[in-house]
Amino acid sequence: MACLIFAECWFFAGFIVAYLFYIGKSSSGPLPREVIDIKPVLVNSAALIASSFTVIAALRGLARSHMGSFRFWMALTIVLGSYFIYGTAMEWRGFIVDHHLTISTNLFGTTYYSLVGFHAFHVIVGLCLLTTILVLSLMGHIHVVRDHLRVELVSWYWHFVDAVWIVVFTTVYIVGMRP
Amino acid sequence: MTTAPIHPISETSVGFGSRVHSWVISVDHKKLGMMYIGAGLIFFMLGGIEATLMRLQLMKPLNDMLTPHGFNQMFTMHGTTMVFLVGMPVLLGFGNYLIPLMIGARDMAFPRLNAFGLWLFIFGGLLLYYSFIGGDGLYGMGGAPDVGWFAYSPLTSKAFSVGHATDYWILGIMVSGFGSMTTAINFMATILCMRCPGMTFMRMPLFVWLMFTVGILVLLALPVLTGAQVMLLFDRFLGAHFFDPQQQGSVIFWQHLFWFFGHPEVYILILPAFGMICEIIPVFSRKVIFGYPLMVAATLSIAFISLGVWVHHMFSVGLPPWLNSIFAASTFLIAVPTGMKMFNWIGTMWGGNIRFTVSMMFATGFLVMFLFGGLTGIMLAVVPFDWQLSDSYFVVGHFHYVLFGGTMLAVFSAVFYWFPKATGRLLSEPMGKWTFWMFMIGLTLTFFPMHLSGVLGMPRRVYTYQPGRGFELWNLISSSGVPFQIVGVLLLVTNIIKSLINGRVAGPDPWDAWTLEWATSSPPPSENFPKIPTCTSPRPLWDRKHPEDPDCFYE
Repeated sequence: MACLIFAECWFFAGFIVAYLFYIGKSSSGPLPREVIDIKPVLVNSAALIASSFTVIAALRGLARSHMGSFRFWMALTIVLGSYFIYGTAMEWRGFIVDHHLTISTNLFGTTYYSLVGFHAFHVIVGLCLLTTILVLSLMGHIHVVRDHLRVELVSWYWHFVDAVWIVVFTTVYIVGMRP
Repeated sequence: MTTAPIHPISETSVGFGSRVHSWVISVDHKKLGMMYIGAGLIFFMLGGIEATLMRLQLMKPLNDMLTPHGFNQMFTMHGTTMVFLVGMPVLLGFGNYLIPLMIGARDMAFPRLNAFGLWLFIFGGLLLYYSFIGGDGLYGMGGAPDVGWFAYSPLTSKAFSVGHATDYWILGIMVSGFGSMTTAINFMATILCMRCPGMTFMRMPLFVWLMFTVGILVLLALPVLTGAQVMLLFDRFLGAHFFDPQQQGSVIFWQHLFWFFGHPEVYILILPAFGMICEIIPVFSRKVIFGYPLMVAATLSIAFISLGVWVHHMFSVGLPPWLNSIFAASTFLIAVPTGMKMFNWIGTMWGGNIRFTVSMMFATGFLVMFLFGGLTGIMLAVVPFDWQLSDSYFVVGHFHYVLFGGTMLAVFSAVFYWFPKATGRLLSEPMGKWTFWMFMIGLTLTFFPMHLSGVLGMPRRVYTYQPGRGFELWNLISSSGVPFQIVGVLLLVTNIIKSLINGRVAGPDPWDAWTLEWATSSPPPSENFPKIPTCTSPRPLWDRKHPEDPDCFYE
């Protein structure tokens, strides 16, 4: 999992570099400061970061064989992650419908949608993994000794997705808002 | 416990269909490794056909055997095939076969992931080759990619590459690339976690060290290529502007992304070859490798520096002189650890009791050819020199010396060395010696004159040239080297088939070698070792054979 995370970091690196390189270079079309509303994004980010803490709580429940606690915190993680996706979708809806900003509009659109989009895709993959674990647990197939490491590795992936979001957030909503 | 040598025909008790089935569903690293190498050698022959057609076209000026579009497809497919469908699979295949055996493990860490990686590579390659008949190219004459193996923007944009040729290039390589990444993950996990008791990092065979380094480079470089290819797909299909100059995108950005991948990629192609040479030369010099710790340090330095030299592929693009200078300096720097490795190999042979088996002949040939290629590489690191010779045949000569004369000769050396282990039978030495000389003559005839035609001004990727420029003689000589290489390949294939049928039985350790793969039968049983071995020094088998003088006394 560490190797996979290492490789994924380099995949994202290309898109981060593209975003940074192309800041301020769009010759037409909507600009970041015209379209970005940071408040819902902050709520979104809080949800995703909180989900990292809830998944830690889930693992602790699993380690102590408190399956009820494990399932509760897992479910909460999934809810928070799903809210993040919903929030991103709402943001995109606003961009597309209200500001007519798509991936083909200008460089800002191109780099924004690909970077945030790939991050959201990785969140969705993580949600699928977490949901699979939750469902297996509800069906009684998760055994503490055998599966603790496996669930922990999936939680590493989830923390990675969260860490990438912190980098993406800084790139798009802090650095990218300068010009 | 011994197992009988592999025989492809005699096992009539098990049907042909079920034998094929057992290979197809296999998750055994040995079978998967052999399938990687076998499929890679088949793609090698396809890439060779593409090269032969090009050399036939270039034999004389103003030839019309191939159309310009056809020629473009040839050089693109030749390069793409050789790098992604021959070099990487064959080298990763050797790693797959040898790593568990060399570290005393029973298999890779993730056997099913291993099989997944193999089939991704095979199907990615088939997808790429399907392009010859699928899709519709620019002129509807077959849709193989024709944009060069590095697929520069803006040629690859939808406006200039109208059909699906470029999309086949992107998707074929992307799929194969995922296969390489899963294999790299497997290598890392296996090497980090499954070494036998007593095998510390500094007691690992150097081949394992080099594959470990290659694993890191693959995980670092291939995702960047995948990202760049996704950006290109977005440009082509979703109207994005990553490389679109009309919307202030940058075509140079593609070059930066591609070569940030591309330079570590060529080190991925050479480091496993270094690893094979590190195992083979000591055994046939009857001497321990000279300077094991420095070889490890040199390997890690090469990998680290290789991340910082990529702009040397872009010297003529118009970047500011200070930037070019930095990368010229780093390119010179990377020659230092590489040179250290060369001297250590020579130091290993010096004063040794050298046995020129075919394997050793290929290994020595590697030293010579790689040296030439490395020297022309350093010449190209001089920026003004590169400005004259970038995109000329000088560069083509350079990289064929390091990749064919380097990597492939090391692969042939490795084939002759480890074939007896994998199959239980020795390859024919007389036929092998003919193979060696055919290749040395063929490679020199084909690739040496390219330096001359390059200096005289012949550009790359041209389907023909004017008479009277001084290129004719060198092109004719280059083309005359092709029959020798074809004979060499045919001899190798014949050798392999004949030896499988009735080659001399090899026994577990035909070369009197020292690493753990020789401590089990040939071919190894499916569990590799009846009992997991323990390791007391970098040469565990020497310690067992010479208990009165073990290496651990000198650690």
